[in-house]
Amino acid sequence: MRIVLHISRQRNGGAKPKLVRYEVPNVNHEMSFLEMLDVLNEDLIAKGEEPVAFDHDCREGICGMCGCMVNGLAHGPRPGTTLCQLHMRTFKDGDQLYLEPWRSAAFPVVKDLVVDRSALDRLIAAGGFISVATGEAPDGNAIPVPKEAAERSMDAAACIGCGACVAQCPNASASLFMGAKLAHLGLLPQGAPERDARVEAMVAQARAEGFGSCTNIGECEAVCPKEIKLDVIALMNRDFLHAQILGRGAVSENAG
Amino acid sequence: MLLDSKCPTGPIETRWDRHRFNLKLVNPANKRKHTIIVVGTGLAGGSAAASLAELGYNVKCFCYQDSPRRAHSIAAQGGINAAKNYHNDGDSIYRLFYDTVKGGDFRARESNVYRLAQVSVNIIDQCVGQGVPFAREYSGYLDNRSFGGAQVSRTFYARGQTGQQLLLGAYQALERQIGLGTVEMHPRTEMLDVIVIDGKARGIVTRDLLTGKVESFFGDAVVLGTGGYGNAYYLSTNAKNCNATAIWRAHKRGALFANPCFTQIHPTCIPVSGDYQSKLTLMSESLRNDGRVWVPLKKGDARAASQIPENERDYFLERKYPSFGNLVPRDVASRNAKQVCDEGRGVGETKLAVYLDFRDAINRLGKNVIKERYGNLFDMYQRITGEDPYELPMRIFPAIHYTMGGLWVDYNLMSTIPGLYVTGEANFSDHGANRLGASALMQGLADGYFVLPNTINDYVASNKLDKVDASHPVAREAEAQVNGVTKRLLEAKGSRSVDSHHKELGKLMWEYCGMGRTAEGLKYALSQIPAMRERFWGDLRVLGNGEELNQSLERAGRVADFFELAELICIDALNRNESCGGHFREEYQTPEGEAARDDENYSYVAAWEFKGVGAAPALHKEPLTFEYVHPAQRSYK
Ligand SMILES: Cc1cc2nc3c(=O)[nH]c(=O)nc-3n(C[C@H](O)[C@H](O)[C@H](O)COP(=O)(O)OP(=O)(O)OC[C@H]3O[C@@H](n4cnc5c(N)ncnc54)[C@H](O)[C@@H]3O)c2cc1C
Ligand code: FES
Repeated sequence: MRIVLHISRQRNGGAKPKLVRYEVPNVNHEMSFLEMLDVLNEDLIAKGEEPVAFDHDCREGICGMCGCMVNGLAHGPRPGTTLCQLHMRTFKDGDQLYLEPWRSAAFPVVKDLVVDRSALDRLIAAGGFISVATGEAPDGNAIPVPKEAAERSMDAAACIGCGACVAQCPNASASLFMGAKLAHLGLLPQGAPERDARVEAMVAQARAEGFGSCTNIGECEAVCPKEIKLDVIALMNRDFLHAQILGRGAVSENAG
Repeated sequence: MLLDSKCPTGPIETRWDRHRFNLKLVNPANKRKHTIIVVGTGLAGGSAAASLAELGYNVKCFCYQDSPRRAHSIAAQGGINAAKNYHNDGDSIYRLFYDTVKGGDFRARESNVYRLAQVSVNIIDQCVGQGVPFAREYSGYLDNRSFGGAQVSRTFYARGQTGQQLLLGAYQALERQIGLGTVEMHPRTEMLDVIVIDGKARGIVTRDLLTGKVESFFGDAVVLGTGGYGNAYYLSTNAKNCNATAIWRAHKRGALFANPCFTQIHPTCIPVSGDYQSKLTLMSESLRNDGRVWVPLKKGDARAASQIPENERDYFLERKYPSFGNLVPRDVASRNAKQVCDEGRGVGETKLAVYLDFRDAINRLGKNVIKERYGNLFDMYQRITGEDPYELPMRIFPAIHYTMGGLWVDYNLMSTIPGLYVTGEANFSDHGANRLGASALMQGLADGYFVLPNTINDYVASNKLDKVDASHPVAREAEAQVNGVTKRLLEAKGSRSVDSHHKELGKLMWEYCGMGRTAEGLKYALSQIPAMRERFWGDLRVLGNGEELNQSLERAGRVADFFELAELICIDALNRNESCGGHFREEYQTPEGEAARDDENYSYVAAWEFKGVGAAPALHKEPLTFEYVHPAQRSYK
């Protein structure tokens, strides 16, 4: 089949993006979306044009490196699927696809479809961990973890840090990402002691990075390739309130 | 060159403790005066960087992805082994040691493997402490499963995302140190050379992938946790950007490369669908716990799987290996799949596939149980192939997956360049000729959390190093060389893309140095590679420039190294006139078609010294001796 692409191209963050039209004539429905872009790039190279820059690595939907907006949807139209796991059988002959990078103040564009997501790492550095130095931990079975807590923790821990939630959110909020980390660690007994400190530190960092606040629109949940649920944001807000009450007594509206 | 493995002697149970006691320590207050460079943020690099910083060292850490959390370790699915014996099913440190030495087909060091089994138990504790959400039983205690080639249940797992969860544990520990200012993190930065001054590794040369800036970084020691080299074959289960550049350039600076031909082919991957194929996707080995592998009895049987009656199916693994059945180790399962396809009994459009069938398991346990166990893998299969594995059997075929070979290291994980340490898949140390399932995660974390942070102190304490900086002539020469390669790649001005060259190399390697190797085939490959390499340099087209993000340029540098490494892989495979583990030389097999080792002549580690591109490398042998597990033909019948 034939696919028409309109790709936002820019040499670097400072340059003005330009939508460029390309045709990929022989798309096989078994191809992955990124393989289709590979084919386009091979074609561009043969013509002496610079290939389109896009991030990717595992191509298995787990590293969180890939992603762009496809017709306004982060990672494209298929729910629960990263761009690298999206296959061309989802599309039909003649489809017009508009590809743009994640757009958010906290994610500056680097080139074409590549953005800088290091703000997400800084959220983790601020508090998204359990402070246990190598060698300190007791036997793995010393503290039983209720199965249900482990399962819910794992649901949240499945986040791949791709940034789709931020890109889709009209407020560019990182609440789903933060909520997922806070739920992953906070639901486990091992993560309980730092639960208050963790939420406060991460929320403060998010504000410093310029992420917006959550107004419960839910677009993040809809595009999350790992189907992280909005409840993690509710949990975050509860934790935040708790921390604030216990801490300084001053209560601000909510976390994200 | 004399290869001193520095392995302790005496009773194996106390070797590591005695060795550790004899290692020098660095005073805690002095550690921050020492800088350690860690390249790689996978399980092996990330865990090392975090642990070294916790100890008080000043750490500089590098990775090529935009975040340390994206290292290829993230993709590991199945699980991690540990000799906890929580299930009282007969497991022990000794049994894990025994299984690993035997599984490696007697080509690994006993001392290393024993230590690995010993520290495996601490790894689980550490990861639980970090918040890794391992699977639990209703009691709240840790759950286990049995995994590829093991008869005990010792594999810990977090759904089908064990690598992700373990890596997030290490990544979070690393980010904590970054936040504390003890680790300086350099993402999107590629190491392109090691700086060796007065015979010691003192730093690295890097290129900033966003700006093209070439720079040198210095320290007291350098650690490479840069992963495996499976992508020399182009198609593999590795992440697209996995590469051998760090270890290869260290090799060119004097680090010996050990057992490069020990590559592992994983039996359960989704088969190739077309030329545009960019990578192969692994279907976790855990599927073999419930799936049954079969092909039609008759050659060229074109009927749909459901139309083939029971008595016309050949469950070839169960037939040939009644006691292990579908759970035979990877090398055995892969080779048998190839054999039945060679006989013309392969399935699917390309006939290069065998079935992995869950029909019986679904009938026995119900669809829900299967869904609970493998739901995400089934979904992934369906996303990629468009077929529903609850209804139709999966089609699978072997693919390059892991490399047991790597830079030679001693018991302290130090390479033949003093001060250069190598951890994880990048080194050769623990898996011999074949790695058992769920043992790579164990090894990466053992190296990074528990081995290296002990052994590196000894080096730092014993060596008084002068301060060096970028004005040092060795650093200037190394930077100039890196700049020279970039320039050469950009100026090749040929007609073909990097990928087209890489694919060509990969096809040759898979054909002649893949699942079955022969002297004749290897000689043919060796006659082709130099010419291909020349074509690469002569007819390469890299557009754009070197001062901004240029992904073709990055890939070109990596593929240039694969062209050199590929030659060494074939040389090593040709040198090893025996079959062992993942290295199957068709000339050397038992009458039943199993690998025939030659312990008399090949019970050694083949460590190669670089002598120039295209020049014959020099072979150094480290003899292997077995005091505890006595070499026998592996039998899984
Ligand atoms: C699909 C898949 C499933 C697997 N499942 C399992 C499993 O269930 N159990 C198991 O035990 N093993 C499994 N393995 C194997 C295991 O995942 C790997 O062997 C292991 O994770 C390797 O870890 P590592 O830290 O050595 O390297 P990697 O995780 O590959 O990390 C390499 C790091 O080095 C960096 N790097 C590389 N080169 C450079 C350079 N030149 N400059 C700067 N940085 C560089 C990268 O950025 C990255 O951070 C699996 C492997 C695959 C492919
Ligand atoms: S490339 Fe890793 S998630 Fe898509």
